[in-house]
Amino acid sequence: MSATDDGDDPFNAFVTRCRVGGGDGMLSDLSIGVKDNISTEDVETTCASQVLEGYVPPYDATAVKRLKDAGASIVGKTNLDEFGMGSTTETSAYGATRNPVDPERVPGGSSGGSAAAVAAGEVDAALGTDTGGSVRCPAAFCGVVGYKPTYGLVSRYGLIAYANSLECIGPIADDVETVGRVLDVIAGEDHRDGTCNLEAGDLASAAREPVELGGLSVAVPEELVGDGVDPDVEAEFERAVDVLKSEGASVDRVSMPSLERALAAYYVIAMGEASSNLARFDGVRYGPGGGDGDWNESFSSARAGFGDEVKRRVMLGTFALSEGYHDEYYDKAQQARELVRRDFHRVFEDADVVASPTMPVTAFELGEALDDPLEMYQMDVNTVPVNLAGVPSVSVPAGDVDGLPVGLQLTAAKNRDAELLSTAAAFEEAWS
Amino acid sequence: MTDADVVIGLEVHVQLDTDSKMFCGCSTEYDDSPPNTHTCPTCLGLPGALPVVNERAVEYAVKVGKALDCSIAEDTAFHRKNYFYPDLPKNFQITQYDSPINEDGELEISVEDESKSVGIRRAHMEEDPGSLVHKGGSIERSSYTLVDYNRSGTPLLEIVTEPDVESPEEARAVVDKLREILEYLGVFDADRGGALRVDANVSISVDDEEGTRTEVKNIGSTKGVVKALRYEVTRQKNQLKRGGDVQQETRHYDDDRGVTVTLREKAEEKDYRYFREADIPPLETSEYVEEVEIPELPDERRRRFREEYGLSREEASKLTSKKAVADFYEEVADVDSDLAATWVVDELLGELNYRDMTVEDVDAEDFRGLVELVDAGEVTDANAVEAIRASLDGRQGFVEVVEERGLGVADEGETLEACRTAVEENPDAVDDYLSGDDEALNYLVGQVMQATGGGADPATVNEVLREELEGEG
Ligand SMILES: [Zn+2]
Repeated sequence: MSATDDGDDPFNAFVTRCRVGGGDGMLSDLSIGVKDNISTEDVETTCASQVLEGYVPPYDATAVKRLKDAGASIVGKTNLDEFGMGSTTETSAYGATRNPVDPERVPGGSSGGSAAAVAAGEVDAALGTDTGGSVRCPAAFCGVVGYKPTYGLVSRYGLIAYANSLECIGPIADDVETVGRVLDVIAGEDHRDGTCNLEAGDLASAAREPVELGGLSVAVPEELVGDGVDPDVEAEFERAVDVLKSEGASVDRVSMPSLERALAAYYVIAMGEASSNLARFDGVRYGPGGGDGDWNESFSSARAGFGDEVKRRVMLGTFALSEGYHDEYYDKAQQARELVRRDFHRVFEDADVVASPTMPVTAFELGEALDDPLEMYQMDVNTVPVNLAGVPSVSVPAGDVDGLPVGLQLTAAKNRDAELLSTAAAFEEAWS
Repeated sequence: MTDADVVIGLEVHVQLDTDSKMFCGCSTEYDDSPPNTHTCPTCLGLPGALPVVNERAVEYAVKVGKALDCSIAEDTAFHRKNYFYPDLPKNFQITQYDSPINEDGELEISVEDESKSVGIRRAHMEEDPGSLVHKGGSIERSSYTLVDYNRSGTPLLEIVTEPDVESPEEARAVVDKLREILEYLGVFDADRGGALRVDANVSISVDDEEGTRTEVKNIGSTKGVVKALRYEVTRQKNQLKRGGDVQQETRHYDDDRGVTVTLREKAEEKDYRYFREADIPPLETSEYVEEVEIPELPDERRRRFREEYGLSREEASKLTSKKAVADFYEEVADVDSDLAATWVVDELLGELNYRDMTVEDVDAEDFRGLVELVDAGEVTDANAVEAIRASLDGRQGFVEVVEERGLGVADEGETLEACRTAVEENPDAVDDYLSGDDEALNYLVGQVMQATGGGADPATVNEVLREELEGEG
């Protein structure tokens, strides 16, 4: 199966259509899209990059294998920013994905194809991957639910790495219950991933059992609201907070000073890891391959197939890890990461969840952010702290601004995925 | 030049003899396999595949750490060493950078009966790259290169010494001693080609002033260590003598020509951009440290052999340099420790070596039977040697050969009978002897020995013959 244009794909949500899995099992009623940076046996997996064109993995990612074993039908590989590097799904080598809510706007990213496919009703659920918000951002922009699990809850085996200390596979669906059902199947220990060692509870049930909002304690960090957040988005967020309050939740405004540095730390770490993770794409074993000349020339010509955003991140990451700069950038970023972890830890001593707008803005127009990478990076300010801390987080639809969806981001302490799903379910119920 | 001291630090890379690779389940038994048949997504570096640490490799690393008196880190971690090379499928190598599992150890060596201690800076785990085959000869001349990933991911332990090594001969002693210890620990297959590779940092300090150092790479064998380092030391000394400087650089040892040549100058040195490998969680070693036990090591065993069996330094040393030989000896020793030592060291090992065999190819119990026969005077020394040779050639038991070929000592009656027959059948020799030719007696002795299949005792034969001939005269 190959990457082709599909006339039935008005939003360009898919890179490849396929039909694998299906059968008896807990998910036999679901059609599922899988982000095209997750390996699928015998189905081309491109990361939306030219350098992986034609690459057909000989094995399934653990998450995919578990979906198949549970009877889910996998109907396509969804579009993304090349290697997951972006927040708009515009850097794909296979063209931008459009937002089903407004086709002139981006679906968010990098799991834009997954969120768009769900929002357009093409699939019941989709797997995305979330390195700095790549599941939650498109979920917010497309008006669906996107879940980023605790780091270590879902196996990354078969997920083609962008920034391996940060990224997680997470489900996207129309509602919390479906998200919970999919997560329940893909979560849990995997002997092929040494970092996936958390015991998964009954997450499907947790998503079906809303918590009593009356006893819930919610923290709102001042660093994630106010400055930089679109006033209309903030107004919608406050409306969501009011709903929580009216159901009896206690809401406290808190300060998490480390979050001011989270964005910079995130990009240094993510790019540093990316520079190493993407080194293997040298054209020797898969992909279109390099041209003539010696090794170095051949490697260079194979790697010339990367898009501009990928090249930018690989180069910046290489720089950040280089001798003489390593201490100044990479090590400092790791220190900042530790501070973020501690800040979350401290806040969760009193609060059950941290709440904020998922994105500081609503979906922007196609092409708007491409020219200014820094501005695009800035969009991730509310989502990246979660990945630095490795905690679970979900974006739930919470209103709109001029018809464009707004997401409420709820974040819980490490390994409190079941509680977070129940809380998201309770909000979903209270909001509607 | 005035007072010049050689300063050498060694990096010894050893393949750990585990069944499966360092980070995947692929078998390490690929030596006779077609290329790229012992591979999987992980050791091929396929997108999305992840490394999972081989617990046996950790256990072996802890064994070596204990044997070298290292302090073993409670928590240890893995790192990525980033560089592009076609034999490296991920274009980074997983290794241990600033948190090696073993640090601060010691190794006792002796060169010409002088003992000294060499510091072990660290011994850390890492993965072996694949291997390259240059079609058409050398890298420079080949038109293309093939990659075999069978070796990719084989567990390595890199043992780094302090710069305490003061001569090529000491360097060789370090490598030999390490081989012995690794072999004793059962973590290393000494017979496997390429299982041990050495890099060396070499400098000459003049009047206690530190010299510029070069790194010599690609030393494959124990013999190579001495050759490569002698060459490099002489090269540096000559350079200094001529008033020149030694350049800081990486040099490649060319085993065929016995020389070192420039590989990379300092300005071209790579920046490996080390950082933590997040795919592998920090590793706690306490359980390994508690559970791993190490056997008696070569030095201890040498001492014990001298004390317990009363062996000479040389014998003890020869018997203990390989664990299998020492074990073999101990199964034979209680017959008579001296006699057993003589027969194992002087005869058996030589005959085995000549046939490219090892003590693992023979049965200790059976050999013990032969030594017992010699001890009881039931087989002569010469026949015992013959029995060893015949047994090894025919892959037959020692005692069995003695019986089948009648190599046992002839009894008195047999000897007398053979002497009488020899006298009867060789009247010319008898005449010669009686007319004063002593050589003729030797001829007759030979005839008797042949007739008894070497089983007669030559001294007895001599005596009996003389008596018989007296009668003739
Ligand atoms: Zn393998």
